[in-house]
Amino acid sequence: MATYSTTEFKGGLKFLMDGQPCSMVDNTQVSPGKGQAFNRVKYRNLVTGKLVEKTFKSNEKVDAADVVDTSLQYLYTDGDFWHFMDAVTFEQFQATESAVADVKKWLVEQDECMVTLFNGQLIAVTPPKQITLEVTDTDPGLKGDSAGTGGKPATLSTGAVVQVPLFVQIGEMVIVNTEKGEYVSRAK
Amino acid sequence: MNSNSKRSMLIKRSQLLQQLRAFFYARSVIEVDTPMLSAGGVPDVHLSALSTRVQVPGVRDPQLFYLPTSPEYPMKRLLCEGSGDIFYLGKVFRDGDLSPRHQVEFTMLEWYRLGFSMFELMDEVATLINTFLKRPLNIERLSYQQGFAKYAGIEDILTASAESCQACLKQHGVAEIVGVAAEDKALWEQLILTEVIEPQLGLKEGKIAMTILFHFPANQASLAQISVDNPLVAERFELFVNGMELANGYHELIEADLYQERFNTALIERQQLGFKSIALDKQLLTTLKNQPLPDCSGVALGVDRLFALQQGFDDIALGIAFGLEDC
Repeated sequence: MATYSTTEFKGGLKFLMDGQPCSMVDNTQVSPGKGQAFNRVKYRNLVTGKLVEKTFKSNEKVDAADVVDTSLQYLYTDGDFWHFMDAVTFEQFQATESAVADVKKWLVEQDECMVTLFNGQLIAVTPPKQITLEVTDTDPGLKGDSAGTGGKPATLSTGAVVQVPLFVQIGEMVIVNTEKGEYVSRAK
Repeated sequence: MNSNSKRSMLIKRSQLLQQLRAFFYARSVIEVDTPMLSAGGVPDVHLSALSTRVQVPGVRDPQLFYLPTSPEYPMKRLLCEGSGDIFYLGKVFRDGDLSPRHQVEFTMLEWYRLGFSMFELMDEVATLINTFLKRPLNIERLSYQQGFAKYAGIEDILTASAESCQACLKQHGVAEIVGVAAEDKALWEQLILTEVIEPQLGLKEGKIAMTILFHFPANQASLAQISVDNPLVAERFELFVNGMELANGYHELIEADLYQERFNTALIERQQLGFKSIALDKQLLTTLKNQPLPDCSGVALGVDRLFALQQGFDDIALGIAFGLEDC
């Protein structure tokens, strides 16, 4: 298996820690000159999403991880798996519930998503930053209120619930920011 | 960086270099520009020298020469030959070092004062640094042991166990360490210094100050004398400002035999760790034997760090013409 020595450490490096794929976020060398050098490392566990800090003695090694970031089209879910396709090769991939748990409410069929593959398996999905969804349920609210004060909860076609202005009605299309989980505007 | 602000930086740097020289000229310390090439290298286990090949006339194959990690050896030869007080202000090289506080090629100020004790030189370094900062800094002087007691809560680091050092790191919330053997006390001790203590040094009530740690353990003596009063510690100090080491000084070792002994220890350690061996500086060893080094103290100071501190840069690369990534 390929390995990386501390001299190769840099942001973006994909490696294995305790068998799990990780991505290096930050690497700082500590070289006291008259003493042993170390690397202070921050990395993200790509499965749990957790940010971890560790300090490596220089010349320590980590195993390389076969991790690829790519773009796939979301197709559909059968309830057990979420299916994606490479729009160029038509190769299909399926994600388990755990890989999409945080984002499944933002998955819209045909949308291109950034995904992370580890040993060919889908382990993480990032939906587009802004998506357009239909409002399937919300209180009728007051007509003529366009100041955006207050707001009300609205259920969207994927099941996500966001705060929307009072003037938004059932059946309308709205644009949502998926990173913040916030309403942006009505879709034109 | 736009061209105006870069030009302004270059002007300020040029002024600092000029004023550093003036500081020494005013004290009758002469400038020496020692060679960049040396057939012998520095055996220090954790210093990695760059080297190059030189075509020497009359010799078939190009010969290996090292670039200096510091001007210490040729300066000591000059001291042995009777140069008197001397300083060096120029480039040195340490392979593999690159971070906001490191460049592979950086500017070092190193000077030697005849008849100075370690404490006298500590005072001169502090005076020099305070001369070049907008406001003089409060100075704290602590022995290495006092530093561990005050900033890490370890009463006597010289006798503390490897386990208690690890417990101290854990207690201070230091990130997990990878690759250090459980019983390697010297390394755990070093990690307490770099991870727990150093970030607190050169700070007083949240304001920038100066801390000088002195009397490092004898096993970190490098080329410093062992203290006459206490064989467990060496006449070595380091100076910190705002959590960053600025200078490292010694009351210099004199006996040629002890130089040879410490070099040998370093070479053996290199071998054990599987590092490249280094040709020793025979010129230095011969000179030390034939014309003993006069009693003196010497110190090396990182000029790029001093400039970054003076200008408030958070990366020394902001204060040099071109960093390694732009070379």
